[in-house]
Amino acid sequence: MYFINSFLFCGLVCLIAELILDNTKLTPGHITAMFVVIGAGLDAFGIYDFFISKVGGGALLPITSFGHSLIHGALLAAESQGIIGLLMGMFDLTATGITAAIIFTFVFTLIFKAKD
Amino acid sequence: MTNKKYDYLVKKHTPKEDKVKYALIAFLVGGFLGLLGESLIRVYIMLFDISRNDASTYMIVTFIFFASLFTALGFFDKWVSKVKAGLLIPITGFAHSMMSAALDYKHEGPIYGIGSNVFKLAGSVIFYGVVSAWFFGLVRYLWEVLV
Repeated sequence: MYFINSFLFCGLVCLIAELILDNTKLTPGHITAMFVVIGAGLDAFGIYDFFISKVGGGALLPITSFGHSLIHGALLAAESQGIIGLLMGMFDLTATGITAAIIFTFVFTLIFKAKD
Repeated sequence: MTNKKYDYLVKKHTPKEDKVKYALIAFLVGGFLGLLGESLIRVYIMLFDISRNDASTYMIVTFIFFASLFTALGFFDKWVSKVKAGLLIPITGFAHSMMSAALDYKHEGPIYGIGSNVFKLAGSVIFYGVVSAWFFGLVRYLWEVLV
């Protein structure tokens, strides 16, 4: 069931984004930023966690899960540290993704050149 | 020729974008990536005998690695221009935006070129993600403390 749900959920998120992209003047930058905010907002009420428990990997892949991970780490730290935990735990769960992206970008930029 | 007439003529001769086709492509490619992500999680759980959470992290790193590599090799840009949202909304779009910005500004040097431009596009995602996560987190936290 996870496989079908993954396909449908991830496909649906991309479909919504494509519809916004084609029918409005918003650029991909606007849409990705918007989706991150939506993901964070959904997780504030535990809705995105519900999606992940039902969908699995397909819900972790869209950029909405980035917002989800940010707020999730912040709230986890806030539980043990108090209100300062919101600042301390913000990047706890997303650190892997951001660090990996920076390292890979650095290494590949040294090796490759821009095409044309 | 009045402006209105000119606009009409321009509109008439711009090729009509097939929105249904693009939406379907985005759905299929996005769905396929989601399926691939779930499959990768299963494979990692079986291969390395790790928890589902750890396997999810491995999966995200794998996607970032291949998106960066394909962008550096040059053919990911062509895919993105065809598929658009299907590749930009998954985490591959995040890696792609960083990698292409870094390559584009490589000629301006390592500090003012690569270093300061690498987050040119991905920066807005992190910036507004943190702002909104902080705001919603504060609301949720206060809600739990006060109520």
